[in-house]
Amino acid sequence: MSSVSSAPLIHARGLTKRFGDLTAVDAVDFDVQPGEAFGFLGPNGAGKTSTMRMIGCISPVTAGTLRVLGMDPATQGSTIRGRLGVVPQQDTLDMELTVLENLLIYGRYFDLSYKEARRRATELLAFVQLSDRADDEVEPLSGGMKRRLTIARGLINEPEMMLLDEPTTGLDPQARHLVWERLYRLKKQGVTLILTTHYMDEAEQLCDRLVVMDKARIVAQGSPRELVAQHSSREVLELRFDDGVTLDLDGRLDGLVERAEHLPDRWLLYGDDGDATSEAIHALGYRPVSQLVRRSSLEDVFLRLTGRTLIE
Amino acid sequence: MSVAAQARPVLRVVEHHVLVYRRTWRGTLFSTFFSPILFLAAIGIGLGTFIDDANPAGIEGVGYLAFLAPGLLVAQAMQTAAFESTYPVMAGIRWLKTYVAMILSPLDTRHVATGQLIWTGLRVTFGAVIFAAVMAVFGAIEPGRAVLLLPVAALTGLAFAAPIQAFAAAQKNDSAFASLFRFVITPMFIFSGTFFPVTQLPELLQVVAYLTPLWHAVALARAIALDMVDPLLAVINVTYLAAFAVVGLLVSYRTFGQKLAE
Repeated sequence: MSSVSSAPLIHARGLTKRFGDLTAVDAVDFDVQPGEAFGFLGPNGAGKTSTMRMIGCISPVTAGTLRVLGMDPATQGSTIRGRLGVVPQQDTLDMELTVLENLLIYGRYFDLSYKEARRRATELLAFVQLSDRADDEVEPLSGGMKRRLTIARGLINEPEMMLLDEPTTGLDPQARHLVWERLYRLKKQGVTLILTTHYMDEAEQLCDRLVVMDKARIVAQGSPRELVAQHSSREVLELRFDDGVTLDLDGRLDGLVERAEHLPDRWLLYGDDGDATSEAIHALGYRPVSQLVRRSSLEDVFLRLTGRTLIE
Repeated sequence: MSVAAQARPVLRVVEHHVLVYRRTWRGTLFSTFFSPILFLAAIGIGLGTFIDDANPAGIEGVGYLAFLAPGLLVAQAMQTAAFESTYPVMAGIRWLKTYVAMILSPLDTRHVATGQLIWTGLRVTFGAVIFAAVMAVFGAIEPGRAVLLLPVAALTGLAFAAPIQAFAAAQKNDSAFASLFRFVITPMFIFSGTFFPVTQLPELLQVVAYLTPLWHAVALARAIALDMVDPLLAVINVTYLAAFAVVGLLVSYRTFGQKLAE
């Protein structure tokens, strides 16, 4: 990589999107560096997709500054799109064409010759493990296969940067892992990945750095590890009680528990030593139906920052 | 931006439609081939024999089949254009979202709208070639004149397709399309001079008929088919139809843009 590439691929300051009275994205600031895997984590309606559509030069910016690959989406949208790979939330594959034809015609949109489009399509079908389905219709493919085909489609122009809007939402665990593994390979090849997700495990698996969005704003940013270190404790003790039992600590575990959260189905006690907390709880006479000590995750960060869980 | 630079992405959109048509054309065979044959046979020859027997001087000096056929050709152009600009546009924007996929590439919404219109124009012209050939076989027109009707059919197709695709793109679902066909397309088909001269209508309705683009298309096609072209009227007909096509396309830039790129 040349030293010139240290300029950010995306530069956003005060980036805002409004639809009438609704503010979908409210003055957010962020930068994405070349080669990074950068994530937008947040619940549905947080403004992730609107942000992605502005970066993808599909949706015009309402206010603020946005530069993508050093260019202004308002005036150079088509040129920018020519260098991006986009995997939208819905696959938008052409159900009337075969798997291979979907890639060929998409290559034509990027002005590739049929010969070159065919060469790349064949390679990409192998990359997403769909070579044996090349001449099949798209409709009967499974959700995971359609998703992989959409990813292949987004790669037909050999993009410098990929925008992936909820790449694995709705996929079964096996299909998700296959998609993650392919995305990880792309990252290794130096492709910058920008993705939205409401799965904390996806963000933890794939993202070098991420921003947490809630209600159109960025509420925190950093690497997954930094975010957990800044906004949550080391460990969490999860407790479930019989109906009607209420946990009342009344300051008695102050040294062990930094913070307690009551969710509809369980209690979360945040502290540095989950096992010690568990012993103390028992010593106070509580008998949880089940309990679990685990490390803090991005889910806990989100809960801390917004008072809500990611998937509601 | 040069025209050439804009033409290339528009052609890519047309290419997409051609590729899809290669896989779906069989389903359109019946309406393209058999409907003109059935119509010309049943109405032109069947009903026409009665009309000609009762009216030996002919309509505007010619037999009913020769009177009817050119009008029917452009009326079919209208119907093909209307159909191709409603459901497929709804599919591209909302159902299959093929247009949504297009604008993630360097193509933009204007390329998508222009490519869609050009494709509809090609489909209409293709249908008109078949129709004109059937007309010539039925002896309803000389083959040389039949060729002259093709650009008229294409222009008619664009005049209807452009405003209708603009309208279709603005719809949330397809419920308005049935009304479009029931209250706009079908009455126009019946009352715009295709089957009988509009001078047969009450005066007020004559004025309405003259305002419909189909009347201008029928008048132009019939004048060419029967070698009775009045240059001034022909210029008015062409201008009127072209205005629908151009204004319709500009409005469709707006509605395609609003639905795809907000």
